[in-house]
Amino acid sequence: MPTPDTASKIPVTVLTGYLGAGKTTLLNRILSEPHGKKFAVIVNEFGEIGIDNELVVNADEEVFEMNNGCICCTVRGDLVRIIDGLMRRKGKFDAIIVETTGLADPAPVAQTFFMDEAVGAKTKLDAVVTVADAKWLTDRLKDAPEAKNQIAFADVILLNKTDLVTPDELRELEARIRGLNPYARVHRTERAKIDIAEVLGRNAFDLDRILTIEPDFLEEQDHHHDHHHGHDDHHHGHGDHDHGAAHHHGNGLKHYHDEDMQSVALRTDKALNPDKFFPWIQDLVAKDGPSILRCKGILSFKDDPERFVFQGVHMILDGDHQRPWRADEPRDSRIVFIGRNLPEDKIRQGFESCIA
Amino acid sequence: MSDTQAPISSLADRARPVDAGAPVVGVHFLGATPVFVLGEDVLLFAGDDERRVKTHAGVILASVSDGKRIVTGGDDGKLIETRAGGENRALASDDKKRWIDQVALGPEGAVAWSAGKTAHVITNKREERRFEAPSTVAGLCFAPKGFRLAIAHYNGATLWFPNTGAAPERLEWKGSHLGVTISPDGKFLITCMQEPMLHGWRLADGKHMRMSGYSARVRSFDWTAGGEFLATSGSEQLILWPFDGKDGPMGRQPKILARAEARAAVVAAHPRQPVVAVGYADGAVKLVRIDDDALILARQSDGQPVGALGWDDAGQTLAFGTEAGAAGVLAL
Ligand SMILES: [Zn+2]
Repeated sequence: MPTPDTASKIPVTVLTGYLGAGKTTLLNRILSEPHGKKFAVIVNEFGEIGIDNELVVNADEEVFEMNNGCICCTVRGDLVRIIDGLMRRKGKFDAIIVETTGLADPAPVAQTFFMDEAVGAKTKLDAVVTVADAKWLTDRLKDAPEAKNQIAFADVILLNKTDLVTPDELRELEARIRGLNPYARVHRTERAKIDIAEVLGRNAFDLDRILTIEPDFLEEQDHHHDHHHGHDDHHHGHGDHDHGAAHHHGNGLKHYHDEDMQSVALRTDKALNPDKFFPWIQDLVAKDGPSILRCKGILSFKDDPERFVFQGVHMILDGDHQRPWRADEPRDSRIVFIGRNLPEDKIRQGFESCIA
Repeated sequence: MSDTQAPISSLADRARPVDAGAPVVGVHFLGATPVFVLGEDVLLFAGDDERRVKTHAGVILASVSDGKRIVTGGDDGKLIETRAGGENRALASDDKKRWIDQVALGPEGAVAWSAGKTAHVITNKREERRFEAPSTVAGLCFAPKGFRLAIAHYNGATLWFPNTGAAPERLEWKGSHLGVTISPDGKFLITCMQEPMLHGWRLADGKHMRMSGYSARVRSFDWTAGGEFLATSGSEQLILWPFDGKDGPMGRQPKILARAEARAAVVAAHPRQPVVAVGYADGAVKLVRIDDDALILARQSDGQPVGALGWDDAGQTLAFGTEAGAAGVLAL
């Protein structure tokens, strides 16, 4: 059956961020820049948008659970309808921006693009962009689970209002963010000022682009060598620290372990057995999907000349062969899970058992 | 199950082509004149002389017809009635300019529409009434008997009696319900859901019916002549649920006809005979005879999904159009 290829699908950028972080400032900035693009903008009812020559639709953020009785299997019912209606104006805009309220969970928005076949056939999720207030992020991470969700879920994070904090505080904040979400791109901004190309057209949800996990993971290390100590390889500081416990792994990787939200990164240079891997990951997301916010991975299967890439949101998995392995690249398999109270040991053991 | 069926007879070259030039999102007949509802705002009257009538200041989101008029809801927050001569007038407008995305026609000239959570009715006595649904209205239809409006929403459907003070009747079933229909005998209410399945209630006792097995969300359904079957899209075949007995499809299997490579995108039952027109996601249109699964090709596939199709009142003419703006009229 012919389906529109990815290139012809309308990209959708989701803007999240806690109240007052600068989300609307970023939105107005995107819309007012002379980029020659036309946007359809879906704003929440309380949003204030300074531009009126664009196609603006009010949404009421109706989060609908699916019939399977699972609390994590949700879609944004209003988006299903609005996108259907917007696509009747096809050709009148180049991209869609969805602005969510400060209290919104990004997962139902993202899941809408995977769960609704009609929406997924015509649009594609480009990236979840989260704006965070540098001055208040630490407090929000303590008292607002939504704020933590938005950081953990993001592909791109604007650490905004950096002029209101010291360089040390900023480094601390970035480490905090890394502890929650090792693969997001973090940008420091003032008044949400940023090159629009860093926000739009990211293709973060494109399976072909799940490449950036490791570089971001590693590039932070040098900044923090001086500030934190403790080379105990396997110490985990869950539960008993207000600010999360920072530590270095033996190889220089640094983690902040959040009280309940964390990432689990897996890696092996041994080929995986697909007949073991797929049942394992499907069983994992079926059982632990509610606590897994997102996952991404690049896999090397035994006797398979092609890289397999996948990503997931809660219980939804989307994966495909991407391209042949190049001769000059190591055939490593890498997966990152981000979630709440992840059963890390169980995940690690399960992954090990998938080695061919 | 083999996909290599014998070559089916074709009437495709007898169809009169119509260059709609814009996605076809609805097909109606006003008398003998086929009218195509186009994305964005145009009704294309495709009779002997072609005429384009601009209706909304925006996109047409929903359309419905009783053969004498077409009523459309738009993203300009207007509800507009267009008659056979092309003359149109606004029946209502939303005070906040919200999208009017559901419309339904009822007995004796009644009209229903919705914007957001509010369902409105202009009754057969020309009075306007409104009802606040628990969530956004996602489907509307009038019952064939009595003055009742069925409203689909999150976690179920509601039967509302706009002319009486009677309390609305709530039919509960977890999940998002995105469309609603009532069987011609008035005994069953069926919704299509966000999941690839239908849900049904027997209105006499509220007994539930789950109708699943689809490969995609069901976006199009229609009752076959006499209300014998509910014909549905959403699968790589035509799925017909039997409603001939007092239990409807409870404990019974659907009839599965017209297996194809492509998914059935839209269905329209012949008004008189046990025949269903099916428009596929690959552009093919087939006429399917329910009794023996005999197929007649009405449009060759061209890779562009069929957007809408419909019969004239007598069942003599079928009109269809694709999302790419190709349309046709086939006189039988
Ligand atoms: Zn779930």
